Amino acid sequence: MEKFIYDNRVPRLFANATIFWGFVGMLIGVIAAFQLVFPVLNFGEYFPHIAFGRLRPVHTNAVIFAFVGNGIFTAVYYSIPRLLKTAMFNRTLSLIHFWVWQLIIVAAAITLLMGITTSKEYAELEWPLDIAITLIWVVFGVNMFGTIIKRRERHMYVAIWFFIASWVTVAVLHIVNSFELPIAWNSWKSYSLYSGVQDALVQWWYGHNAVAFFLTTPYLGLMYYFLPKIANRPIYSYRLSIIHFWTLTFLYIWAGPHHLLYTALPDWAQSLGTVFSVMLILPSWGGMLNGLFTLRGAWDKVREDPLLKFLVVGVTCYGMATFEGPMLSLKNVNAISHYSDWTIAHVHIGALGWNGFLTFSMLYWLFPKFYNTKLYSTKLANVHFWIGTLGILLYAIPMYWNAFKGYFMMTAFTPEGQLQYQFIEIMQTAIPFYLIRAIGGTVYLTGVILMIYNLVKTAKSGSFVSHEEAEAPALSKEFAASKGMHWHSFFERKPIIMLIGSLIVISIGGLVEMIPTFMIKSNIPTISSVKPYTPLELQGRDIYIREGCYNCHSQMIRPFRHEIVRYGEYSKAGEFVYDHPFQWGSKRTGPDLARIGGKYPNAWHFNHMYDPPSMASGSIMPPYRNMFDKDLDMATTNSKIHAMRNLGVPYPKGYEARANEDLLKQAKEITKDLKANDIEISEKKEIIAMIAYLQRMGTDINK
Amino acid sequence: MKFQNYLTTIEGIEIYPLISLMIFVAFLMGVFYYVLKMSKQEVDYDKNLPLND
Repeated sequence: MEKFIYDNRVPRLFANATIFWGFVGMLIGVIAAFQLVFPVLNFGEYFPHIAFGRLRPVHTNAVIFAFVGNGIFTAVYYSIPRLLKTAMFNRTLSLIHFWVWQLIIVAAAITLLMGITTSKEYAELEWPLDIAITLIWVVFGVNMFGTIIKRRERHMYVAIWFFIASWVTVAVLHIVNSFELPIAWNSWKSYSLYSGVQDALVQWWYGHNAVAFFLTTPYLGLMYYFLPKIANRPIYSYRLSIIHFWTLTFLYIWAGPHHLLYTALPDWAQSLGTVFSVMLILPSWGGMLNGLFTLRGAWDKVREDPLLKFLVVGVTCYGMATFEGPMLSLKNVNAISHYSDWTIAHVHIGALGWNGFLTFSMLYWLFPKFYNTKLYSTKLANVHFWIGTLGILLYAIPMYWNAFKGYFMMTAFTPEGQLQYQFIEIMQTAIPFYLIRAIGGTVYLTGVILMIYNLVKTAKSGSFVSHEEAEAPALSKEFAASKGMHWHSFFERKPIIMLIGSLIVISIGGLVEMIPTFMIKSNIPTISSVKPYTPLELQGRDIYIREGCYNCHSQMIRPFRHEIVRYGEYSKAGEFVYDHPFQWGSKRTGPDLARIGGKYPNAWHFNHMYDPPSMASGSIMPPYRNMFDKDLDMATTNSKIHAMRNLGVPYPKGYEARANEDLLKQAKEITKDLKANDIEISEKKEIIAMIAYLQRMGTDINK
Repeated sequence: MKFQNYLTTIEGIEIYPLISLMIFVAFLMGVFYYVLKMSKQEVDYDKNLPLND
């Protein structure tokens, strides 16, 4: 027998970070939710840093990578040594992993609030942080595989497969989606290597699979470990868990294009995304039922034990969200849901129900173990459960309601064939629903505060068990396969083969979808009237990206009567070839902007950006006073043009040197036009570039 | 300016979804075959791993 220890210090660090970032991330979500009801909370008159467009990415990134991320690491660092009967590979690597991850989170929050963003959803962090994430992911991988290799238990439990597949897939997703060219080595600004349709496809291949392999598969690993632990009974069907694992891993990667239905993405790719999304119901529900059936015959315990209640509702939310997901992938349903609050409700069923409740259950179970004591108050945990459930309902129901209401209003025509409602009217009817949603979020957060109190009290009532001693026989070098063993047990015994197997399985989907899409370039007849942005427009576009306009405005008109009448001619793939990155957006809290160019005079945009309600009465858009105060950073024009040409945008050679002359010339034309409308402003202000970009958008095809 | 669905010009594009489906079905069959062949003893051992630490 060999003696070794289970280190509780590292999982406790990650658990504490999970709690801390969970609170912060949810609090920011609540603030952002209230901003949509009370625009004054954007403080746009004073500073731009916490306006909705910058705050929302901080919320999504904090919840995904800080709250759920640390939750994953808590589960991994606690379960893997115990399942494999060994200490973690290297404690220094564990600590580096922990501290650098937290450092990246802090840097992410600061840079996002400063407006340093790539604008690709859930991948907003700029290139230096992308590199840091890659490096720390390698550290995590070395530590995890090191542990697996020196294990004393030959069989790897199914939870570990989920962790391995998640690790390898997140690595692939992150690297492929983060190919970007910095405009200079000492600048945070970069441009996506991909443009237009390709960028959109890569981004949503990433975006969907970030949900799949960051929010789902690692948490399935967590479920397969902690649910049997907490219920004190083995998983209902181990065979089903194997089918769950391989089919889920295989199918998930194909589903990304369902985020781009009815867009300019080629039809065949849209259909492929839909078919695989529908097929995803099977493994997802297999997994949900496996979790729920584990509790068969133990439902009396569920009545008493708040931890099991959290698990039951959490797993049920997984089932609901994974039923809803395939439904949302059907084109006719997606026509209603896309750009609407339905999507927001859907992800929050997943985030609040599945990720949140599973995390709470794990924490309530871990803390008494860490401190060798009992949970301070089971009653309080029960209260937390009910408050949390109420919070989810208050959040989701108004959002569903608002989505349908919005759709019916958007598509309503008068008998004369005119649109019945203006966008602003529809948006205003959404505000009461946004208020209830914000209250729902607050209620949910209150539950988290109760949990924090309960866990602190629990910690204080015991003393920390920094490590647990254990012993197990060493793994014999020679392995004799017992009778009845067959090829899959080979996978279970060979972690590296498992890793490669997962990699192959996830690569098939990615490759089949991407290779033809990357051939697009040679297949697209170039639209001769679509030209690169002028230097001023390019600078304006970067301001648009900086302020996170894409969080509320799409630039993609779908081929529906009500959209064409409302916004203009539907968008075509060829219009976006110079868009590094694409700005199609995913949500319309404000109207689509794909054809905003030329729709209003310059003076309208000027006044609107200064004080939106003055031009659109009842608008909830924040004012952007910073653009009126700040001079445009013309020093970057040269390197931006240079970077764009390196990415294939056909600016003439040597244009860098002349770019600022053209920029000033165009800016002067705009200020001259503004002056004719009694508006005096220097041509060097950022607002001028912003107006230039807005006026260019979607106009090329009319030339 | 005429706009069309550019990718219809890729020859034989319709084969992609079909190949994908076939790869998946073959794969799924393999997983089912394996799972059904697993011995009860092995299943019981594996499923109790989290409870024996």
